[in-house]
Amino acid sequence: MCLAVPAEVTELLADDMARVSLDGVTKTISVALLDEVAVGDYVILHVGHALARIDAEEARRTLALLAEVGR
Amino acid sequence: MKYVDEYRDGALARAVASAIRAEADPARTYRFMEFCGGHTHAIARYGLEDLLPANVRMIHGPGCPVCVLPVSRVDAAIRLASQPGVTLATYGDLMRVPGSKGMSLQKAKAVGADIRMVYSTLDALRIAEQEPGREVVFFAIGFETTTPPTAVALRMAETKRLGNFSVFCNHVMTPAAMRAILTTPDGVPLDGFVGPAHVSTVIGTAPYAFCAAEFGRPVVIAGFEPLDVMQAVLMLVRQVNAGRCAVENQYARAVTPEGNRKAQALVAELFELRDAFEWRGLGVLPNSALKLRPSFARFDAEARFGVETLTAADNPACDCGAILRGMKRPPDCRLFGRTCTPENPIGACMVSSEGACAAHWTYGRFREPVRAVPIEGVLP
Repeated sequence: MCLAVPAEVTELLADDMARVSLDGVTKTISVALLDEVAVGDYVILHVGHALARIDAEEARRTLALLAEVGR
Repeated sequence: MKYVDEYRDGALARAVASAIRAEADPARTYRFMEFCGGHTHAIARYGLEDLLPANVRMIHGPGCPVCVLPVSRVDAAIRLASQPGVTLATYGDLMRVPGSKGMSLQKAKAVGADIRMVYSTLDALRIAEQEPGREVVFFAIGFETTTPPTAVALRMAETKRLGNFSVFCNHVMTPAAMRAILTTPDGVPLDGFVGPAHVSTVIGTAPYAFCAAEFGRPVVIAGFEPLDVMQAVLMLVRQVNAGRCAVENQYARAVTPEGNRKAQALVAELFELRDAFEWRGLGVLPNSALKLRPSFARFDAEARFGVETLTAADNPACDCGAILRGMKRPPDCRLFGRTCTPENPIGACMVSSEGACAAHWTYGRFREPVRAVPIEGVLP
């Protein structure tokens, strides 16, 4: 129920809507819960709404920490 | 898939598991509860328990809104949907949740109630716009993740002046359930929590501070991918070893300390706390759920249709309650795998794919020894 997936914003639409791509699958979603969404952003998509933006730098840092544990 | 595949690297997961094995003190046991059904599902699906040393155990928590919805609210939704002129819009997860007397929304639909599955609150709103002659009620359930989308739909209904849209509100709150787990008499002993992923994108990290400050239990908020969970377990082991107790954030790529302020403000504007709400497995908890503010009463299906929540008992043979509190494991239930399977679920933990029983049935049951003696007289 609380599962959500990362989706890439490909187009901004009127009325706080946007088109996103999920690994090639296109979907129209609401971005009313986020400020200043831009094309190219990755968002967490849950029941048709973007809940959060994915921070690319933090994502990289998490992977770096994991890689360090793995060394 | 970006931001997914990187966190499913098997070799790296095994390396993190080695680190956990090296750092976990063999002289003690670590019992961590994953609050969210999303984590339960990931742990079962990727066999993470097999990667952990025997003294690091995961305990499934109550964090699945389908699982904690009590029979009485399912019954109320079925009664609502059976009223003439009413269309009940619902997330697919709810269709097969058992109400009392073997009823469910799916069965109510089969005998004529107008019940429609929707993917999003906006789909429910669209039905109301397209069919002005019908009263469209959205059956809203979910934790803090799912509440903001309901709020967006209500705000749009207000803007569009939709007179035939309302919400049957069953939104519940995570911190209240964590408090209930920590204060239950004879509760399951815990050394820390793997904290919710997507709930935390909305509420941030601060609302979990009481677990550490009042109860001395560390919390590590984690993403739903297998490496996220493994890293969170390592972070918890390190906190326990160091005698530390803090709220830490493994899922920093999506969760900030303050959460989504815009979503929080919208929810606060439209909703207020209920004095008490019944949870399956946890009983009636104070200040644990939301209802619409009086200024939005015209969109409140409970007020509009005089919805009564009548007491209804769970199937007495079903152990969902104890499983949701972490007191029992799915195979401990007499119904598990006999009369209760995902095709014929008796309890909510088997209905929801994120429920502990469904996760164990789908991915974990072959690890269990076969039980030889059937139990007589247990009927669905």
